Amino acid sequence: MIHFLVHDKKDTVGVVVVENIKAGQDLTGWVMEGDSTVHVKALNDIPIGHKVATQAIKSGDTVIKYGHDIGKAVADMKVGEHCHVHNLKTKRW
Amino acid sequence: MISSKTTFRGYRRENGRVGVRNHVIILPVDDLSNAACEAVANNIKGTLAIPHPYGRLQFGADLELHFRTLIGAGCNPNVAAVVVIGIEDGWTQRVVEGIAKTGKPVTGFGIELHGDHDTIYRASKVAKQYVQWASELRREDCPISELWVSTKCGESDTTSGCGSNPTVGNAFDKLEPLGVTMCFGETTEITGGELIVAERCATPQVRERFMYMFDRYQEVVDRHKTSDLSESQPTKGNIAGGLTTIEEKALGNIQKIGHKCKVIGVLDKAEAPTGSGLWFMDSSSAAAEMVTLVAAAGYVVHFFPTGQGNVIGNPILPVIKLSANPRTCRTMSEHIDLDVSGLLQREKNLDRCGDELLEIMLRTCNGRLTAAEALGHREFVLTRLYESA
Repeated sequence: MIHFLVHDKKDTVGVVVVENIKAGQDLTGWVMEGDSTVHVKALNDIPIGHKVATQAIKSGDTVIKYGHDIGKAVADMKVGEHCHVHNLKTKRW
Repeated sequence: MISSKTTFRGYRRENGRVGVRNHVIILPVDDLSNAACEAVANNIKGTLAIPHPYGRLQFGADLELHFRTLIGAGCNPNVAAVVVIGIEDGWTQRVVEGIAKTGKPVTGFGIELHGDHDTIYRASKVAKQYVQWASELRREDCPISELWVSTKCGESDTTSGCGSNPTVGNAFDKLEPLGVTMCFGETTEITGGELIVAERCATPQVRERFMYMFDRYQEVVDRHKTSDLSESQPTKGNIAGGLTTIEEKALGNIQKIGHKCKVIGVLDKAEAPTGSGLWFMDSSSAAAEMVTLVAAAGYVVHFFPTGQGNVIGNPILPVIKLSANPRTCRTMSEHIDLDVSGLLQREKNLDRCGDELLEIMLRTCNGRLTAAEALGHREFVLTRLYESA
């Protein structure tokens, strides 16, 4: 069972692809680039489509997805934490 | 498996272009003429009115875009014949003359000095002749190279970037070598991925024009914004689906152009391409606006990946919807033509999903109604550039 996807090896977040992920659940992730597997423990309930931090991210850090910059963290994130609009903001506009 | 020998059953029009639908449309020049157009379409079964809210007191580039969009919709090879109705004769004839260049049957009616009753009476007589004539036109085998395919995604979420958008990209990578004419756009929704698109431009001239269009649209956003646009770009629906920033949305969006296709040219809004390959159209990212613009440019079938479940259609351009979100495919199944959610569980690979999309594309071109067509989605939304006079 794959719980989340990671596009690129450089990514610091993955995308939850199943419904009803609960805090404390052990998650299996598929790193699409290179076809490998990664494991994290969810620290929050995370809805389908939302992101989970796969690395520790400090406030001010650039968050990486698709191997590219998708914005800046505005709060620290632990591995397994829900990454969404409360802790990630655009660098544009 | 699609190849250069693949054919589809299309309608060959007077100007040589091939359509996959055979509509007789009743086209209003302006908002005032919607009622008469709808009355004609109600009188004459098998015709289709395309109401819209604009066309009065526009001027300059905004008026030119209005005409280009209406004339382009009429010229689209999915349209067999056109009845045009406007409040007055001058602008009505301008639309008629633009469409007549294709050689297809087109007649215009001005309402002034006649009123709705007389206009509806006369227009209905012509519409009846057109629809009976069109009903005898037959599909013929046409090479895949004569197909024009556009794409735009909507109500995207993170599954769009993982699944449905890369499926379109895989299909585009397979269509490009076959000489198919393709299009993507959504200028603001490239924000964060603009350098990736720029690298894919075929020549320095194309790159320069793409960056000009991109920068121009950024200035529009900067001039009018009152926030970071995080309720419009990304939308509330995007955010509910897990997207956070415009950069994340853009990087998912541009998965639609695949890995191999080069961007061979840049089109203004509703402008027709002049050769095969992948074109970028400067356009809004609002679904119905963008799909209306590519319909006006002459595209005959459209790939629409969705995450959270956008329900859009278009009166003349069949919109094929695909989704990789298993919840959307379950809760909104009547809107989805192709479920690629198996990608997210490694049950299917991208190559297979791309082939499945091409298969449903060919079936649609051969006459299968899309979900949006069956459900009666006919959103025809004209892009405005600024206020009316």
